[in-house]
Amino acid sequence: MSGKTDNQRAWFLVLPVVLLVAFNALVPLMTVVNYSVQETFGNNIFFWHGVGWFQDLLRSERFHAALGRQLLFTFTILLIEVPLGVAIALCMPKKGIWVSVCLVLMALPLLVPWNVVGAMWNIFALPDIGLLGWSLNTLGFEYNMTQQPLSAWITLVVMDVWHWTSLVALLAYAGLIAIPEAYYQAAKIDGAKAWAVFRYIQLPKLGRVLTIALLLRFMDSFMIYTEPFVLTGGGPGNATTLLSIDLVKIALGQFDLGPAAAMSIIYFLITLAICWVFYTLMTRNEAR
Amino acid sequence: MAQIRLDNLRHSYMRAPKSDADWALKRLDVVWDDGGAYALLGPSGCGKSTLLNIISGLVRPSEGRVLFGDTDVTDLPPDRRNIAQVFQFPVIYDTMTVHDNLAFPLRNRGVEARHVETRVGEIASMLELTDLLDRRAAGLTPDLKQKLSLGRGLVRDDVNVIMFDEPLTVIDPHLKWRLRSKLKELHYNVRVTMIYVTHDQTEALTFADRVVVMEEGEVVQIGTPVELFERPQHTFVGHFIGSPGMNVLPCEVRDGAAFVGGERITTEGPAKAPAGANRLEVGVRPEHVQIANEGVPAEVVNVADAGRYRVVDARIGDIRINALMSENDTIAAGPTRLSIDPAHTRLYADGWLVDTRQGTEP
Repeated sequence: MSGKTDNQRAWFLVLPVVLLVAFNALVPLMTVVNYSVQETFGNNIFFWHGVGWFQDLLRSERFHAALGRQLLFTFTILLIEVPLGVAIALCMPKKGIWVSVCLVLMALPLLVPWNVVGAMWNIFALPDIGLLGWSLNTLGFEYNMTQQPLSAWITLVVMDVWHWTSLVALLAYAGLIAIPEAYYQAAKIDGAKAWAVFRYIQLPKLGRVLTIALLLRFMDSFMIYTEPFVLTGGGPGNATTLLSIDLVKIALGQFDLGPAAAMSIIYFLITLAICWVFYTLMTRNEAR
Repeated sequence: MAQIRLDNLRHSYMRAPKSDADWALKRLDVVWDDGGAYALLGPSGCGKSTLLNIISGLVRPSEGRVLFGDTDVTDLPPDRRNIAQVFQFPVIYDTMTVHDNLAFPLRNRGVEARHVETRVGEIASMLELTDLLDRRAAGLTPDLKQKLSLGRGLVRDDVNVIMFDEPLTVIDPHLKWRLRSKLKELHYNVRVTMIYVTHDQTEALTFADRVVVMEEGEVVQIGTPVELFERPQHTFVGHFIGSPGMNVLPCEVRDGAAFVGGERITTEGPAKAPAGANRLEVGVRPEHVQIANEGVPAEVVNVADAGRYRVVDARIGDIRINALMSENDTIAAGPTRLSIDPAHTRLYADGWLVDTRQGTEP
């Protein structure tokens, strides 16, 4: 063998990273885990509660309803934003000065802070003074997002579509311009129609970026808090109380640390599980 | 199938070309015979790909016409020209099977299903892809992908011409050779016109019956590999083909002979400079320059071993000349004499061949 010394001291070199990860992820996470298995009646005294909070939560109607609303919201916006984003990307010019104009226009909504988006749409949609709300009512539609659950939902979905479709469009656009010209030329020679070009060239080539876009939009929308909080505050009633809004109500409104901690963990596990399912489904084709 | 004629073709990518350099293709008149195996050879940026894209219809020429047989196809889109093209990087439809890739051009044209199956079967067996028909095309190796994209061209029985745009770029060296001989074999069997674009002289000379050499948007010579080697029409062809390329030596012409560095060099026939020529050169291939006991005095500077032969780097005065010697010859550096075969020594005026042969028309 060579004259190399064989020792394990190099492991000390990863120590800084281990410490960093410990402080920014493990320690806070363990605090939550800690709360989730204990009960307290104040005075900083805690009692062991086992998996009680988890059992309660999984049986709780309120949690089921919030989870249902969350899933409905997330899948609705995914169903709208992903196809719409791809459609916009397909319509965007590929060269010339309009490229930059389009890119800037598309990027604008992404640069608006969440709470500003919420506030903007709140005012925009107010039935008496907001441009949108007033116009709809003047046109004869009954629209009042502070009183009608359906109006509130539509506003919420439209707001998210306005805010985030650009992200999908920009990712899809990046994927589209990366397709070599030869593919389009070959398709022309093979006599492929526009639909076949989309189905057999563009869509397969977009697979990867769409996986990323879908995952990002899923995670962001599943954890969305600020915008609906500012827009509707979860109302009217509980109509737009999504998981994160409900979680904050429990943790900070009612100050139920144990149930809130248990909910956080379940929330996190659901997010993780759905991401995993998405990722596995979408990369399955590549592995074959 | 038909003869392809490029009639008075010019092309520029600019909207208002002014100088000569603005033209990617400068005035071309080329006829491609039906069933020929052609190579389009030239350095990068000489306009080969532009020419190819004009034939396939992906680019519309600024001026001139493209004729397939008697039909003017200048304004027809690629799918109505009955051409096929194999690109530099293999283009396949990733999500389809090999079978569906082959069937795609036929299905798009509404060919009846039974005929599609027959054709796909034929082409697959011709290309030795039969065992792979049910495989997804995405998982194939680059050489198989390239075969598959060639197959999509062959599968249509109405194809006028198959064009190859440097198709072996991404293929492993040991497979290049196999794919090249496969192509040659295919051409022999199907007898469809093939145009093979490359900057690699070996590929061009082994594949083609006729080679079209291009430089800076112009066709400088069309000929068989032997013609290009023996009688380059332009010093560029002499340089570009052969390894090492032709010696091109600046000279003066007087008394029916050329003088290089003051030394008399006999050309093929009596040398005579055309009127108004600015630049006169003698061209002779290193294969026809030998170190000998008599001849032109020169100085050997370096000898490089290239396997079967040796490349001698010599000087006549301060003009550089290469000679090819067999590996058995012993060559010493220093003063020597070079014998230059007059039968293979050509005269060039402003780059173009001057025909000095007696009794023949230029």
